[in-house]
Amino acid sequence: MKKAQFVTAAFLASTLSMVSAADIVGKITLKGKTPEETPLPLDAMCAATRQDKPTTRFYLVDASGGLADAFVYIKEGLAGKKFDPPKEPVVLDQVGCEYVPYVLGAQVGQQILVKNSDPVGHNVHPTPFVAGNKEQNKFQFAKAPPLTFVFDKPEMFLRFKCDIHGWMFAYVSVMEHPYFAVSGKDGTFKIANVPPGKYVIEVSHRKAKAPIMTKEITVDGKDQKADFTLEVPPPAK
Amino acid sequence: MARTIHNRWLHRFAVFTGAMTLVLIGAGGLVTSHGAGMAVPDWPTSYGYNMFLLPFPYWRTGGAFYEHSHRLVASFVGLLTTILAVWLWVKEDRVWMRWLGVIAFVAVVLQGVLGGLRVRLSMDEIGIFHAALAQLFLVLLSAIALMTSRWWHAIELSNRQATGLFLLSSIRMEEREKTLAAPRDGRAAPLIAVVLVFLQLLLGATMRHQHAGLAIPDFPWAYGKVWPPTDAASLDLINRSRTDVREPNPITAFQINLHMTHRIGAVATMLAVGWFAWRNWRRLGRTAALAKWALGWFGLICAQAALGAATVLSNKAADVATAHVVLGALSLVVGSLLCVIAFGSTVRGLADSRIGRAAGPLLSGSMGQARSNAHLEA
Repeated sequence: MKKAQFVTAAFLASTLSMVSAADIVGKITLKGKTPEETPLPLDAMCAATRQDKPTTRFYLVDASGGLADAFVYIKEGLAGKKFDPPKEPVVLDQVGCEYVPYVLGAQVGQQILVKNSDPVGHNVHPTPFVAGNKEQNKFQFAKAPPLTFVFDKPEMFLRFKCDIHGWMFAYVSVMEHPYFAVSGKDGTFKIANVPPGKYVIEVSHRKAKAPIMTKEITVDGKDQKADFTLEVPPPAK
Repeated sequence: MARTIHNRWLHRFAVFTGAMTLVLIGAGGLVTSHGAGMAVPDWPTSYGYNMFLLPFPYWRTGGAFYEHSHRLVASFVGLLTTILAVWLWVKEDRVWMRWLGVIAFVAVVLQGVLGGLRVRLSMDEIGIFHAALAQLFLVLLSAIALMTSRWWHAIELSNRQATGLFLLSSIRMEEREKTLAAPRDGRAAPLIAVVLVFLQLLLGATMRHQHAGLAIPDFPWAYGKVWPPTDAASLDLINRSRTDVREPNPITAFQINLHMTHRIGAVATMLAVGWFAWRNWRRLGRTAALAKWALGWFGLICAQAALGAATVLSNKAADVATAHVVLGALSLVVGSLLCVIAFGSTVRGLADSRIGRAAGPLLSGSMGQARSNAHLEA
């Protein structure tokens, strides 16, 4: 009898939580003149794999000023809560001698599947800085089966590189929880199914910055909006 | 087994091994300049293949080409060094020379293992040690090449003759010392300069193996200042404003200070070598070979400083940065051999000696006298 009551209560609590959960949406806008992106120095084998002339991807900005590849996440408000890693892996592909996507997020303990869709081999070399995340370096033949990586500690912009092709980079932000998002081509983002509560969310970009990078958000069942405006930093000299 | 005093082919082989080692250092420089040290993740195999059987399509381009070529050249130098060590052991009459060959063999094996461990363990510290040992190994091979030369044998013979004559005669001690050994201050100057050059190479290797690119991107200023800022806000701005296609590691305060130390070290090295060259020029005269070599060394150091500046101004272009590594190694070799000569022969004293004609070439710039020592031939 008691067990049945407990299960019922848990089900109701879970359902209530799902019902009152909401999304945090917003747009990241960039102000300032961006430096010119540099053409990638593709070798002949890589150049043969694509029709376009790719460049670096430091600032991907659309006509409206929307900034892609900004990472938005809940920075405060989830203390003491534990989140199991999702069973579905996140996927990082190597296409045309570039990592795609350039920026992505994963949860601690979640599998990161690295595919090689290229007709050339790559070495997949994550170079973490946080103790507890292991540096690894694996060669992947052309069209070979995916490689799997898992990281045990949170780390912002953990770099994946290919040392064979010195222009290939991707950045994976590893979080302890699932409440994060990467802005799309138009600068918009959505952190889905955030449970009710008071949070501090932060935006982070590898290059752009703003005096205020955080916002306080209260989630009470309705979707919340949080826009950020970042700036191109001035030259260091 | 008959041992020879001078073996022309042994000397030539030692020179060739030294030259190939310089090529190897250049190949290693290309690896770090292209950030390709980890392009082949396994060792001693390459992509799972026997290193010598790796199909060419797997390493014909990109970082794999630089890293795998470095391994192949290193293997060749290892083979050459092994042959040299055996040759010295069998044919050399000087016991200490035979042991120099053994040390060279041990060093090349150690160097190969260090290179492999650098890849397997992915430790930059090993890379720095690997780079430093490479320089010392080149110096060792150059010294072996020098000491197997006919010219060096002539110096040694003249020393032995001088010792005998002075013992027979009653020439004052100070005159004997003047003849048989380079004066202490004459030894200290090149030694100090060589130590400075080596320290510079260590600093350079540390900078290269941080994988952070140029910690200071301008020259002669540093971020437009005499001494660059290293506070957290400045470092954040520096790293955010970098848009290098190689996307190197973030720059730290340590790296900026290291870079500044390297610049100061360059000035100190130029002064030390310049002083050594000037002193020899004044004491020995412009026709003396030692003065010419010292001046040549100073020229190398100046060119090296210019290449250092070019490395910065070219945003660490791989060919310029590699030339900087190679010329650095060459500078160390020239300085070290001058030290070996200063410590191991009667460089200055022989200038005044009546019996020092065999060493005349060093001071006169002519090799003719040494060549006349037919008894030294193998």
